[in-house]
Amino acid sequence: MSVDVKTVKRVARLARIAVSEEDAERMTSELNAILGFVEQLNEVDVSGVEPMTSVTPMEMKKRLDVVTDGSKAADIVANAPATEENFFLVPKVVE
Amino acid sequence: MSDLTHLTISQARAKLRAKEITAAEITEAYLQAIERANPALNAYVVVTDDKARYMAKASDAKLAKGEGGSLEGIPLGIKDLFGTEGVHTQACSHVLDGFKPHYESTVTANLWADGAVMLGKLNMDEFAMGSSNETSYYGPVVNPWRRSRLDTVVMPTTHQGDGGFVSAGGTRTARTLDNAQLVPGGSSGGSASAVSAFLCAGATATDTGGSIRQPAAFTGTVGIKPTYGRCSRWGIVAFASSLDQAGPIARDVRDAAILLKSMASVDPKDTTSVDRPVPDYEAAIGKPIKGMKIGIPREYRVDGMPEEIEALWQKGIAWLKDAGAEIVDISLPHTKYALPAYYIVAPAEASSNLARYDGVRYGLRVPGKDIVDMYEKTRAAGFGREVKRRIMIGTYVLSAGYYDAYYLQAQKVRNLIKRDFENAFAAGVDVILTPATPSAAFGIADEDMAADPVKMYLNDIFTVTVNMAGLPGIAVPAGLDAKGLPLGLQLIGRPFDEETLFQTAHVIEQAAGTFQPEKWW
Repeated sequence: MSVDVKTVKRVARLARIAVSEEDAERMTSELNAILGFVEQLNEVDVSGVEPMTSVTPMEMKKRLDVVTDGSKAADIVANAPATEENFFLVPKVVE
Repeated sequence: MSDLTHLTISQARAKLRAKEITAAEITEAYLQAIERANPALNAYVVVTDDKARYMAKASDAKLAKGEGGSLEGIPLGIKDLFGTEGVHTQACSHVLDGFKPHYESTVTANLWADGAVMLGKLNMDEFAMGSSNETSYYGPVVNPWRRSRLDTVVMPTTHQGDGGFVSAGGTRTARTLDNAQLVPGGSSGGSASAVSAFLCAGATATDTGGSIRQPAAFTGTVGIKPTYGRCSRWGIVAFASSLDQAGPIARDVRDAAILLKSMASVDPKDTTSVDRPVPDYEAAIGKPIKGMKIGIPREYRVDGMPEEIEALWQKGIAWLKDAGAEIVDISLPHTKYALPAYYIVAPAEASSNLARYDGVRYGLRVPGKDIVDMYEKTRAAGFGREVKRRIMIGTYVLSAGYYDAYYLQAQKVRNLIKRDFENAFAAGVDVILTPATPSAAFGIADEDMAADPVKMYLNDIFTVTVNMAGLPGIAVPAGLDAKGLPLGLQLIGRPFDEETLFQTAHVIEQAAGTFQPEKWW
């Protein structure tokens, strides 16, 4: 499978990365090189093989349902580019 | 003073405990070495000198009372991927501009609890994506190793007056260093370069597809990627969560064992952290390997592999045989599919993990006409080319209609790769020996690699299988090539059997010796 410039622009939109016409063209050939490389996976017979869901066989650890952390609003917003009273500020999203 | 930087961690530990040296002295020696070398090597992106002096002072107070942890007063460098409280943590990306976390990663917290001293944050490929440390926002790291040429020098006949000796002439060979700058490998290039150039006693690193083992091999250092789940991932900037593991880069096998013992832990904050006690890895060093079964996988003999790598592999086989191990040929039939499967799984996970860099909660923000425009402009300005490429691939393979063909297929192949190893271990193989990399270090701004991303990816051909299967792997220096550059061998072990890796790697180290670059910086 290979991608065209139109697909690359659509994927960039999904990934929320602004691309110029020039970027999109360069990315198209780079992405096609990688997609061409991974194509060889199709020759592997995977019938009856489950996809890997866990690297090491282990049961998901569960902790007690109690509060172990919190009350750190100032710490959480400390690195944000724009805040007001412990809220993150973003451009207006609702008209 | 500068001699102090040449002590291994085990030597420094003994001298600190015996009060022959102080943590302040050794820390000062490293800070001076960094100041002199860093303009040439670019291994550190931040030097935390005040913090280092403060921590060293605290260590000296403990050592004076005969107290202190297993790493008390040992100065270390920390890869920029580890969250360090109040200190620059940017994964060497522009998108995390100015980020200073209000928390400490579990791995670094373990090191500080054991008394280690932080020298600074080490350069790396942006978000650990790269095999040459050239994708860093802070510029490439330079390998302290350079190619050299063996020249035959004709010695002149000289007469010296007062001393009265006469040299009769004749010839000798001398190595002349080439000026070309080489990459230290990546993504943990700053860690490998700093350890190799004596700019820290040891360093933390991370490995998603070979990012500890390939730079270790390129710089003549020892690097171990432990079993998935051995070191907590909490507080480490995530790249591909099912593949990422932290581990140390050190100057010898014993130092790597000492560091891993401190870094590894069971952590309730990482659900994939495995609930088993951390053994004393150092105790495994020096145990005989007589009767051990060493697997040699035929699929690791790849087309176009330099003869020197093949010769090095044979040397490794001979050393282990001499030490009484049994050598067996094995087959890992799905080896060639590991790299293509990795280039689906890793970008897919990365595209999801890196979705958080949106200009809202931390780091860079580029204003836009609305929120989506702000996201798109921030991410376009904040991520470098390689990172964008991988996010794009990941987004594509996970997008509607392509998920089964790419991602599901890759995760199935991944199980087959894991099964290959399981079969080998079930047949009685204790450890697998392979080359660490398909070549020695290459030049900065290599044109072939820049023109074709897949060429760069092929650096990880021998290491990536280990991440796909979640196994432990160690790279240990085994010799120099004809141009005087270090080459490494890799040992792959059973899950959580890092002890056997240290034990076997030490046998290789005893036979091969350790390697230091000639100082030019």
